[in-house]
Amino acid sequence: MLNRLTLTEVSAQLAQRKVSAREVMQACLDQIHRVDPKIHAFLSVNPEDALAQAEAADKARQPDATATHRPLLGVPIAIKDVLAVKNQPLSCGSKILGRYVSPYDATVIEKLKAAGAVVFGRLNMDEFAMGSSTENSAFIATRNPWDASRIPGGSSGGSAAAVVADECIASLGSDTGGSVRQPAALCGCVGLKPTYGRVSRYGLVAFASSLDQIGPLGKTVKDAALVLEAISGYDVRDATSIQQDVPAYAQTLNGDIKGLKLGLPKEYFVGGIDPEVKQAVRVAIQQLEKLGAELVEISLPHTDYAIATYYIIATAEASANLARFDGIRYGQRVAGADPIALYCQTRGAGFGPEVKRRILLGTYVLSSGYHDAYYLRAQKVRTLIRQDFLKAFEQVDLMVTPTMPTPAFKIGEKVDDPLQMYLSDIFTISCNLAGICGLSLPCGFSQNPKLPIGLQLLGKPLGEGILLNAAHAYEQSTAWHREKPVLG
Amino acid sequence: MAVNEIDVKYVAYLARIALTPAEEEKLGAQLGQVLGYIEKLKELDVTGIEPTAHAVPLVNVSRPDVIRPSLSHSEAMRNAPAQANGLFMVPKIVE
Repeated sequence: MLNRLTLTEVSAQLAQRKVSAREVMQACLDQIHRVDPKIHAFLSVNPEDALAQAEAADKARQPDATATHRPLLGVPIAIKDVLAVKNQPLSCGSKILGRYVSPYDATVIEKLKAAGAVVFGRLNMDEFAMGSSTENSAFIATRNPWDASRIPGGSSGGSAAAVVADECIASLGSDTGGSVRQPAALCGCVGLKPTYGRVSRYGLVAFASSLDQIGPLGKTVKDAALVLEAISGYDVRDATSIQQDVPAYAQTLNGDIKGLKLGLPKEYFVGGIDPEVKQAVRVAIQQLEKLGAELVEISLPHTDYAIATYYIIATAEASANLARFDGIRYGQRVAGADPIALYCQTRGAGFGPEVKRRILLGTYVLSSGYHDAYYLRAQKVRTLIRQDFLKAFEQVDLMVTPTMPTPAFKIGEKVDDPLQMYLSDIFTISCNLAGICGLSLPCGFSQNPKLPIGLQLLGKPLGEGILLNAAHAYEQSTAWHREKPVLG
Repeated sequence: MAVNEIDVKYVAYLARIALTPAEEEKLGAQLGQVLGYIEKLKELDVTGIEPTAHAVPLVNVSRPDVIRPSLSHSEAMRNAPAQANGLFMVPKIVE
């Protein structure tokens, strides 16, 4: 049952040579074989490649090295299907990429490989990361490990489900409006969206370039900290990455949050929150207070405009970014009499309904006569939203909110009602617009059925250290992170 | 609702996406609904507010103008749907 261990535990056992990386990888593969026909977290796995990497990690281990030396050496980390891994397929959960194989590694993959991690698998996702349920995958709907009739959240639904179902030790996802934190909350694991620019986006297929960040999902806060440490840092190939040293996030977790000022945005505790979610978050806030945090009510007055702002900016950027999928240089091609007909046919056949909706909306808000009324106005409102956060962070160190207004909903429940689906992103979206960092961790369960509830902490730009430490303090004082679903 | 009706055919052409008549109808209605929701931004006074393009205050990021290693020709062509003589094949452009 090595696959059930946390990254921190696996790392310690590997360092003490109690187990080999090959055995850990094999345990994950066995679990995938056992449960993935039901969960569908993975689009594909290459067992030979994964085991070869694990064996190489076993060979690379120095006899006297400790777990702090190379904490990821030999640890299986699974990858969302939106990140380029050299010689592996990449589909973004879409048909339009056809049988695309990545010719290079994303920067985060280079970094994980350099850290000795076993980088494996292609995790299912909403097509081009557009969605909140993983139902928009062109291939299959991932199931929530706690209840197979429910969604795992999205768009990194495969990344969260695989961690919670113990099919990997940790995973990478991407978060444009909540796509790491939201599935982490609904499946019951830790998910972190770093500050914009903290992690290089090179090799991440772009959805909305000004909002996208790659983030880790793990079984504990410390696990997420270890992965974040490995993937962060300036990269000359991403002009928006920040030139600032990467702190030793995992080592500085001490669980001491005495005197920490914790903001409660009053706009986030209004109607529309499920009573069980409200109660779990309320108890979690009391727990943080018991641990020494000081609660401060704050205001983010433009909260009500965040979703509208997001769906203009994100779709506008997406409509430009996804113009590259034209059937000329890679991916699926549907023939046409001339290039324009070829583009139209290829894109009409290759994109699913949600991607079409968003490209059309983005095209519309950028089109002649509407640009100023929609796109430019949204960019200005974005300024107001960002200012709300920066101003509130003058008073507090962190903010605490629910991650999602409800636990996981049923598969099919919102699939034909895009606006309802968009509204479920209310608590996660502003973090991306403001460019700050955020994390979701388990804070309880609904009763019947038993479904995970997530607590969201939001931190200042480059405030991942404080964010992780507060999350660690809460986690270590509760037992939620030890709960496991029964996978039958 | 009329305010939020968009010319789906025209927008789909701009976006280079062929839609079936059924898609046009369904997507058109759904987009109208989303646009109706987005209208709420018009409640705000944004006079004098600078737009935010992205959240990190960076300007004019440049690098030395020197050649760096990049994908080889064969790697770049590896995923081409149609190719000949090391070139991407496209439909006839000039009559």
